[in-house]
Amino acid sequence: MTALIAALLIAALLLFVLWALSAPFRRDAVVGAPGDTDARRALESAKEAKYAEIRDNETDYRTGKLSDEDFRALDRQLRAEAVVILRAIDELAARTSASSV
Amino acid sequence: MAFAGRVALVLALSVALYGIVAALYGARRGRRDWVDSGRRSVYCLAAILTVAMVILEVAFIRNDFAYNTVANTSSTTTPLLYRAAAMWSSQEGSLLLWVWLLSIWASVATFITRNRLRDIVPYATSVLLGFGAFFAMLLVFFDSPFAQTHPAPTEGAGLDPLLRNPSMLIHPPMLYSGYTFFAIPFAFAVGALVVRRVDADWIRLTRRFALASWLFLGIGIVLGARWSYYELGWGGYWGWDPVENAALMPWLLSTAFLHSVMIQEKRGMLKIWNASLVLAASTLAIVGTFLVRSGVLNSIHAFGASTLGIPFVTLIAAMTAGSVYLVVSRRGVLRSEHSLDSMFSREAAFLLNNVVLVGLCFVIFWGTFFPLISEAVTGTSAAVGPPWFNRYTVPLALILVLLSGVGPVIAWRRATLANARRNFLAPIGAAAAMAIACYTVLPAHSSIGAVLLFCAAAFVVASVTQEFWRGWRARRATAGESAPVALLSMVRRNRRRYGGYIVHVGIAVLFIGVAASSTFQHEQTVSLQVGQSTHVGAYTMKYVKATGSVVTDPNHTGATMTLGALLRVTRGGHYVGTLRPSAGYYPASPIVPGQVVASLISGDAVDQIGLQSSWRRDLWAAIKPLGTTLPANGTQLPEESLVNRADASISPTWSATTQLYSAYWELRAIAAHYVASPPPASFTLIASPLVMWIWIGALIVLIGGLTAIWPAPSALRDRVRARYLARVAQELGRA
Repeated sequence: MTALIAALLIAALLLFVLWALSAPFRRDAVVGAPGDTDARRALESAKEAKYAEIRDNETDYRTGKLSDEDFRALDRQLRAEAVVILRAIDELAARTSASSV
Repeated sequence: MAFAGRVALVLALSVALYGIVAALYGARRGRRDWVDSGRRSVYCLAAILTVAMVILEVAFIRNDFAYNTVANTSSTTTPLLYRAAAMWSSQEGSLLLWVWLLSIWASVATFITRNRLRDIVPYATSVLLGFGAFFAMLLVFFDSPFAQTHPAPTEGAGLDPLLRNPSMLIHPPMLYSGYTFFAIPFAFAVGALVVRRVDADWIRLTRRFALASWLFLGIGIVLGARWSYYELGWGGYWGWDPVENAALMPWLLSTAFLHSVMIQEKRGMLKIWNASLVLAASTLAIVGTFLVRSGVLNSIHAFGASTLGIPFVTLIAAMTAGSVYLVVSRRGVLRSEHSLDSMFSREAAFLLNNVVLVGLCFVIFWGTFFPLISEAVTGTSAAVGPPWFNRYTVPLALILVLLSGVGPVIAWRRATLANARRNFLAPIGAAAAMAIACYTVLPAHSSIGAVLLFCAAAFVVASVTQEFWRGWRARRATAGESAPVALLSMVRRNRRRYGGYIVHVGIAVLFIGVAASSTFQHEQTVSLQVGQSTHVGAYTMKYVKATGSVVTDPNHTGATMTLGALLRVTRGGHYVGTLRPSAGYYPASPIVPGQVVASLISGDAVDQIGLQSSWRRDLWAAIKPLGTTLPANGTQLPEESLVNRADASISPTWSATTQLYSAYWELRAIAAHYVASPPPASFTLIASPLVMWIWIGALIVLIGGLTAIWPAPSALRDRVRARYLARVAQELGRA
């Protein structure tokens, strides 16, 4: 009985492995990395990080670690960097929609 | 079922090797289907190893002694809970646990990143599967947990009594989770370096895994310290043992990484440093795994000499050479995007903290491997002890604690002196108040090191409290929320920052406990008869009576016989508490006919300490009931003559069951005799202040770590939305 269970277990494992590993090949093959999707995600991630940095700067200011002058200068600089990222996102979106038309 | 287990391991090795080839082929050819198949190998590896784990675990629970692992580390007398955890007390079982945990965490990582970092992921998958293949190879060719002996022995050797402690149930899984979690940032760092994409994107995606590694490793280290304190009978929690150090070194480097990585995320700086830290920490994690198994260094935690040394050294050499090659060959793309704006900024504080942490790691590395270094240089192996470690680590730890108070109160990029004066006023005031208290109210002025550490801890607690106070006040002013809501939403909106601050407080509290307990501890080793007493610091401990029990072990560890003492503790004539230290006697394997009574108690004898713990001090006691020592294994028996007499009273012609039954009755008689007329007993007695604060500090660190690791609600929402968007895109594609 134990031998039968062991044999069934091995067979089930083998079938599962074969099914799981071959699944991507049963779909239509995709050639080439979708670079735009990756680039968009990277830019989105960079945007979130920049926003977090702006919020951090505000927290530093509110908790008395920055002078008015330093805060304003840093805030301006960080927002300018965020704008660059937003522009890059828009440009990428425009390029993607143009290529899909 | 052992055959199914062996097949599962071979299948695991095959799947891991296939996955490496598939992922690399897919990456080189730009074939997404091959990359996906490689990624799915990680899931398959996890599924196969889960089956292998279940098969072995069932064998342990069912006492299937045909498995060598089960026979060597478990027995019918081992309590169920400890039987279930006995797997990782063996070399082969712990290797299986290691690779199983790796496969689970790797599956989580590859699933999360299945649509991200598509150029890096195939290489990261290969590295993760490379680790999987390495450990599966060890299990298939070197040390199989499914090796069997036929006919099966009727009884096992039992779990080492030293490991019958609740901490040890979860200590190895925590430690191994820490080690294996760090394989993920390592794998992604390698992938990022291979494809020369070294922006902060891979760091953002794997940061939580690095944090999880740090957290689990920390929990594992603290649980190990607790086990040492409760179980090893020497009253300490840290002995600078090579295996303890092996876990501490990657933890220190991951602490450094978690700080310096913020600088890369914010400023695009320290890329070489961060890559080197990740690669070094992961290599040290493997060094730790190797140390426990190679027998190259003496440690109470090690499995002893084995044949795994050469494969591990090969892996470590490959990781080191590969890491150095990748960092050196990619130094061009690893250049910093910015430079440090000011030496008086949070970045600079983090940089200093990194230098101290790496320095600390280097000192520990040097001390740990000194026996090997000295042997290589002079031909004679010489070890360094705790005083050597303390000489170098205490000053560095002091700087580290101080820095954990400095970081929170200075700004990113640049801080001004005027603001600094205002922000440092309260923390410096708290440190000064602590110094005054140490020299006036508290009896703590005899050690300058301890006083400095207390002051540094007060500085940290004050600086973090000030940060919470100011943040909370600002939140209330801007959002108009009630006091508790403002506090909660402040932390929720910036879990990483405030989680980190909580961790800093935890570390400071932990160091208060370490400094106080190690500096102001009173210890006494003394032989006492019933009725006698001794002084330990301000406490008087009196041996009131002997205790004994058979089978019904009061500590639930499965001891055959437990002999102990009841100690009454007073201070200035006032009753403080009662301590109940005992020694547990465990069966030897196999039970020798004609010496059944002796066999039942001649396994290892283990201290079960008596402890009274409070927030002010711990009273700790261990006992060694005096008696003759068996030359075979050094075990002390209470009364050898009694044991021999008891064995002589049992007829050798009786059946094994009848002999065992009679032996237990004889043991009861021995225990009763011990209680009625106890011989003098040897006690180790300790009064140690503030030990509990070590565990409280660790708990605060855990809370802070969990706060920092928990995903922000918005991130969760975004992820759900992204999943729906992906589905829409997929379905539109099919239409």
